[in-house]
Amino acid sequence: MKKTVLLGALTVAGLAAGASAAATLDDVKARGSLKCGVSTGLPGFSATDANGTWVGFDVDVCRAVAAAVLGDASKVEFTPLTTQTRFTALASGEIDMLARNTTWTFSRDNDLKLEFTGVNYYDGQGFMVPKDLGVSSAKDLDGATVCIQTGTTTELNLADFFRVNNISYEPVPIETNAEAQQQYLAGACDVYTTDASGLAATRATFEDPAGHVILPEIISKEPLGPAVRHGDNEWGDIVRWSLNAMIAAEELDVTSANVEEKAASDIPEVQRLLGTAGELGAMLGLEAGWAKAIISQVGNYGESFERNVGEATPIALARGLNAQWTDGGLLYAPPFR
Amino acid sequence: MSDTHAQTVAYVRETMLEQKEPPITETGAIKWLRENLFSGAVNIILTVVSIFVIVWGLGHILPWFLNSIWDAGSLTECREIRNELYGSDASSACFAVISARWHQLLFGFYPQELYWRPVLAFVLLLSALAPVLFNSLPRKLLTWSMLAPFVMYFLLWGGTIWGPLMVLAGFVLGSVAFRFGGQVNAIIAVLAAILVPVLFWLFLAGPIAGALSNLMPIGITNVESKDMGGFMLATIIGVSGITLSLPLGIILALGRQSDMFLINKMSVAFIETIRGVPLIVWLFTASLLLNYFLPRGTNFDLMLRVIIMVTLFASAYIAEVVRGGLAALPKGQYEAADALGLDYWKSMRLIVLPQALKISIPGIVNTFIGLFKDTTLVVFIGLLDPIGLSNTIRATTEWNGIYWELFVFIGLMFFIFCFSMGRYSLFLEKKLQRGHR
Repeated sequence: MKKTVLLGALTVAGLAAGASAAATLDDVKARGSLKCGVSTGLPGFSATDANGTWVGFDVDVCRAVAAAVLGDASKVEFTPLTTQTRFTALASGEIDMLARNTTWTFSRDNDLKLEFTGVNYYDGQGFMVPKDLGVSSAKDLDGATVCIQTGTTTELNLADFFRVNNISYEPVPIETNAEAQQQYLAGACDVYTTDASGLAATRATFEDPAGHVILPEIISKEPLGPAVRHGDNEWGDIVRWSLNAMIAAEELDVTSANVEEKAASDIPEVQRLLGTAGELGAMLGLEAGWAKAIISQVGNYGESFERNVGEATPIALARGLNAQWTDGGLLYAPPFR
Repeated sequence: MSDTHAQTVAYVRETMLEQKEPPITETGAIKWLRENLFSGAVNIILTVVSIFVIVWGLGHILPWFLNSIWDAGSLTECREIRNELYGSDASSACFAVISARWHQLLFGFYPQELYWRPVLAFVLLLSALAPVLFNSLPRKLLTWSMLAPFVMYFLLWGGTIWGPLMVLAGFVLGSVAFRFGGQVNAIIAVLAAILVPVLFWLFLAGPIAGALSNLMPIGITNVESKDMGGFMLATIIGVSGITLSLPLGIILALGRQSDMFLINKMSVAFIETIRGVPLIVWLFTASLLLNYFLPRGTNFDLMLRVIIMVTLFASAYIAEVVRGGLAALPKGQYEAADALGLDYWKSMRLIVLPQALKISIPGIVNTFIGLFKDTTLVVFIGLLDPIGLSNTIRATTEWNGIYWELFVFIGLMFFIFCFSMGRYSLFLEKKLQRGHR
């Protein structure tokens, strides 16, 4: 709790210092590159390949914004951030935007003066236990030892859940996901809890994935999304609509493969999205082809999802809540009009 | 006379007996074992227990090492290969992650085609250290040791050649100012030696370097700090911290011993403040707090900030170690220096410090080894040191789930660095042994 207060105080101080300089868009254009804060490493969301290129689902959001603003998805300077440094880095202007599986919460939005510009992944906190434990519901976990990452919302959710259900637990605080895997496999804790996507990614690496079950209870809402600083609405809009463009493109069936022919099609909303009709780009202060650049270079939401975390990858996440609203999910991009 | 005993003694040996083999229990391996391992009840128990522990440990670790797999594309592939070769129950290390990513653990995200630059810089570092470490080498090589940091900086970061040259020019100006000031008086000389280069760097160096690089754009590809990581980062931070903190620490130690009120109290305050707060707090200060005091958009390199903090931190410890050495010198040495009519700096340089530093060598090297290992703490502020890189490597879907192999490699590398430092300190102690005391 103290940490939050300190970070909050620092952020306020930072805003006071940085409030006068606002136009992030001009900074990015002048610099010729986007500074984006990502996780130091989260499977499927942000990681580096053997050549040192950043890849991942969160990384794609950064690339989309770079494509929209600069026309080139590769013009991103990635800053790896830990859970402790992420908000100050944003508030102090070290980065232009944050795409680091950060949960959108009331206090972060208002107290830390962040501006969340949408949700790129709807997650929720779950539990994983070894099958031998014979537990089928999280409510049976009375007295269990729980591996939990410190400094995250999962820590608070866990306390809430166990208090509400009037059962006790013993936390085993750990720092990183890799450490948690080891502790869990070594039997230092009975239960590992983190976001369900993380549990799936972790279980996929086990020798014997079938020996572990993810319990049905999802105890929290974890809308993960990109964030920018309070006070620069134009910049916030660009980040928000870059993500929306990816989501809308999937809904309109525009992919990186067919974007050229779709641009020539006569569907009005596709035309407006891809800049062949209307002046949506100019309203954001961008080129007319901003969304086309995103889709041709990064792909639409579904493509990014399948490439990084989808069924074909070892992480093998189902779309679930992250399907389009037409498929029973929560993705619902406002109209491009 | 010769046959006096002929009748009384039955037999007289006239030749020496052949030497017999000593009893088997008093020689060779068995004697050693008896004396060292099985000399008493307690020892026997300890020996048996230790042997059991060693065998048990090796029994677990050796198969893991011997079955290690070096050539695979991912952890899953590693496991498949293992199942094929040794069966699915066998324990086997997947060192394929090292062969796939060793270059990242060593260099971070430094461009691959430019790896020769850090490698060359490292060779230059060794060559520059040699005359400092071994005084059997010609003293003239020290000039190279003073120039080498600028060459290494240029090699590592690249960019225009004029930047490092301007920094060098500042030092030259400083020493010239010191010469001229010295003709007036000592305090002015010191002031001038500090002020002139600082003013030069602040106001003149930038524009001149800019103008010169416009005129003669000599330079190599620029590589930014954020692309550096792994052991390269640890070495840069460690070596800069070590070389800068020693002189600073010595000055602080002298300041703490000084009779001048202001200097004494300032040194004490500095040392106690820095020592009283954990390094991680200073690192957070460098990475987070400092941003708020700088104007927005200022790009004060994070690595530079970390080097400054690490240097200050180590210098406070060095100061205390050196103070211990100073305190261990008999008062007679100070008085003898005074009696010879030496001024303060001469007496320190010629008589006190050489002896005090000799006493402090183990402590100083100890601090250096600690400092080098502490560079891993930068992982908490998002710099990609070896530990940080191990996290990003694990985050890729191929290598997610791998754990010990990376740590074994990182541990081995750190051991090589730290063990050589320890050996050097022993060498130095032996060489400086003068046998008094």
